[in-house]
Amino acid sequence: MTRFACWPLASILAAMAIAASSAHAAPTLIRNAVILDGTGQRIDGSDLLLQDGRIAAIGPGLAADGAEIIDAQGRWVTPGLIDVHSHLGVYASPAVNAHQDGNEATDPVTAGVWAEHAVWPQDPGFETARAGGVTTLQVLPGSANLIGGRGVTLRNVPATTMQEMKFPGAPHGLKMACGENPKRVYGGKDRAPSTRMGNVAGYRQAFADAQDYRRQFEKYDLERTAYEKKKSKDGPPPVPPKRDLRLETLVGAMNGDIQVHIHCYRADEMAVMLDLAREFGFKVAAFHHGVEAYKLADRLAQEGVCGALWADWWGFKMEAFDAVWENIAFVDAPANGCAIVHSDSAEGIQRLNQEAAKAMARGQRAGLEIPPERAIRWLTSNAARALGIADRVGTLEPGKIADVVLWNRDPFSVYALADRVYLDGALVFDRMAPPREPASDFLLGQPTGGAR
Amino acid sequence: MNRAARCTILPALLAVSLLPGLSVAQDLLIRGATVHTSSPRGTIEEGDVLVRNGRIAAVGTGLAAAPGAIVIEARRRPLTAGLFGGITAFGVEEISGEPSTVDNSPMVRAAGESLEPRPEFDVTVAFNAESVPISVNRAEGLTFAVVAPSAVTGGTVLAGQGAVARLDGRIEAFPAPSRTLFVNLGPEATSASGMSRAAQFMLLDQAVREARPPATARDGDFQLLTPNGREVLARYLAGGRIAFSVDRATDIRQVLAFAKRNGARPVIVGGAQATQVASLLAAAKVPVILDPLLNLPGTFDQIGVALDHAARLHEAGVSIAFTQLVDPTHNAFKVRQAAGVAVAHGLPWDAALAALTSGPAEIFGLGTELGRIAPGYAADLVLWSGDPLEVTSVAEQVWIDGLPQPMRTRQTELRDRYRPRTP
Repeated sequence: MTRFACWPLASILAAMAIAASSAHAAPTLIRNAVILDGTGQRIDGSDLLLQDGRIAAIGPGLAADGAEIIDAQGRWVTPGLIDVHSHLGVYASPAVNAHQDGNEATDPVTAGVWAEHAVWPQDPGFETARAGGVTTLQVLPGSANLIGGRGVTLRNVPATTMQEMKFPGAPHGLKMACGENPKRVYGGKDRAPSTRMGNVAGYRQAFADAQDYRRQFEKYDLERTAYEKKKSKDGPPPVPPKRDLRLETLVGAMNGDIQVHIHCYRADEMAVMLDLAREFGFKVAAFHHGVEAYKLADRLAQEGVCGALWADWWGFKMEAFDAVWENIAFVDAPANGCAIVHSDSAEGIQRLNQEAAKAMARGQRAGLEIPPERAIRWLTSNAARALGIADRVGTLEPGKIADVVLWNRDPFSVYALADRVYLDGALVFDRMAPPREPASDFLLGQPTGGAR
Repeated sequence: MNRAARCTILPALLAVSLLPGLSVAQDLLIRGATVHTSSPRGTIEEGDVLVRNGRIAAVGTGLAAAPGAIVIEARRRPLTAGLFGGITAFGVEEISGEPSTVDNSPMVRAAGESLEPRPEFDVTVAFNAESVPISVNRAEGLTFAVVAPSAVTGGTVLAGQGAVARLDGRIEAFPAPSRTLFVNLGPEATSASGMSRAAQFMLLDQAVREARPPATARDGDFQLLTPNGREVLARYLAGGRIAFSVDRATDIRQVLAFAKRNGARPVIVGGAQATQVASLLAAAKVPVILDPLLNLPGTFDQIGVALDHAARLHEAGVSIAFTQLVDPTHNAFKVRQAAGVAVAHGLPWDAALAALTSGPAEIFGLGTELGRIAPGYAADLVLWSGDPLEVTSVAEQVWIDGLPQPMRTRQTELRDRYRPRTP
């Protein structure tokens, strides 16, 4: 039964051409779809025009010369999905020892490491996520450390190198972690932190060091300016302080150049982290996992902090015990509430739409008015906001990057499948014409073919 | 605690009042449901189900209730048999990360030595019927599940015994025919077996020899099993059910050969590469319990697994049931979503429901007791808000042995404590 497929060279070359062709692709006109545009609007019987990698127009009765016309009668269209919490590429499949690249668990503060330097583009999980409509994802370091390092926002394109996948101009993320994981990892090594007290002391000392580092550079900048203003340069120029990659990252977070993402389950710990953010003058983009975020929903909304949450994962550790299925809906409910459906999982990222559907249904049953056009924001525009890329992706407004999913039906269903996924206006997944070979080099030529 | 008294009645069920002190003798008539029987009768539109003494007495249309019976107007909502939760640690694992709440594996070993195979380890002895994960999953429509011992790091090939638990809080939760011995093979269980799959089968063969010594053999000094372990293993070798956690096709072939050689009835759990040996499994009538959501190779043993896995096994005539692999206990209820995903990838809807009802009941020796809506079966029933495999549907009422189960849980209590004040 074992089959070793033998693929014609032409099909491989065709697959390679997909990514490269996006900028020059013919316009695509999707006709007569139910469109959830990511801003909270639902437009029935609408057209959508993709041109030159951008959303060109949305509305009924569009036309474009030379466009490929897709009849989407009975089908639904959403923005490309965005996962703010993935470990694809840094905890790649297969999960062999050699692929454990997500936690630099040798020191509780490793702000100097960057997830992008460990991303393996051959992780088969990128392709299965693409089939689930995911066009953008943030790959983060794990949660072993108090401050685990920088996350990277990737475009979900088939690629040989990480650089080909990087979202141009997207800010870095900073991964921090509350609670059980860091204190277990380091307590187990008989070093700090071994308690939640130790956790917070660890963050505070790291940011205090970063404040000092920033002052050194501010002082240097003043000296440099003064030196350059001097007419007679009799002495040597001031010497810049030595770069410290850890502190450079933390200064970036305090200066607002890096989005801060905090793994944090318990409501009381989120409140402590908000105090920390105030003490050191940084903004929290999102609390991730936040199983107890519903207990603090009003506060999160007031502070403009998103909750990146699961629909129903729970109980695997003490801080995940107080789950409610309405968590996402309750975080979404207040004015300015920012709920996000995230995965943290190579399995879950394939079905973010279903996770959102579960959360939507539970919210509706709890009496909240959550139509699909509202819920789709949880995995599109709200996610883009937390990543600092909402000006470019997350909605189907004209001028935005043409990341689009055409669903075979209402996406808030277990039976929904992405028919077509467009990224930069290029078709990167087509259910009717599945690739004959896996995108991942790892799966190429393996028995029974690739992940389907 | 009187569970009936705590039962919250949904508005749709207000046709009757479910009073405290409800007795098993009271008849129950669920009227006008879309009855998915998981039996040869298929689906009955606007069907009625009559329950007497905790068992299904009649299934049809236009059934009459005896005076005093509880009548539920289903208004065409779907009614299914109670769902199977897969291979779980229900009642033996409260919080996965807290060892003081976890009882699903023995850690009996001398310092520096690998764990001895302990087939006599019976995880059901530690079962806590009042465990929170059970109540949460029951409210999601699960009424039975396997409680199994687990492999741990450095764990044993022979993990011990488990069985199907009825999930209504009863103490005697484990029907005897469902008792099963669990064997863990492959990369997850190698550290106690010389880091080699060959050593796993070496240990199994030695254990079998000890449990069933040839007439001419003399026991030497070395004993892998305890006297109790030898007795227990001998029972399973006399036609008992042995569940093998195994993924790789070539290892599945070895399991089939081992089972044939030794007279055991194998069940494959996991079976990521089972499609490669589907015709062998079908011919030997060996069922597979799988997670339909698995489509990435977490290990080399899982290369080739795909979302149409369940559909392909079903098409090949292999009996299947579903389990959840990511968190099989707390999130056991996700099998329902997984079944829906299997349908989206080619499995017939009825086959997907069967893999959560009649299929697992048959695999675990309870095929005439659980898993169908048919006369004589236990009245384990779920009334759904919509398509039972759809993620936007919820269980509106669960019955076990005809008794309504509490639909409030610790989670609904938390929800109501923190419900937004101004929605």
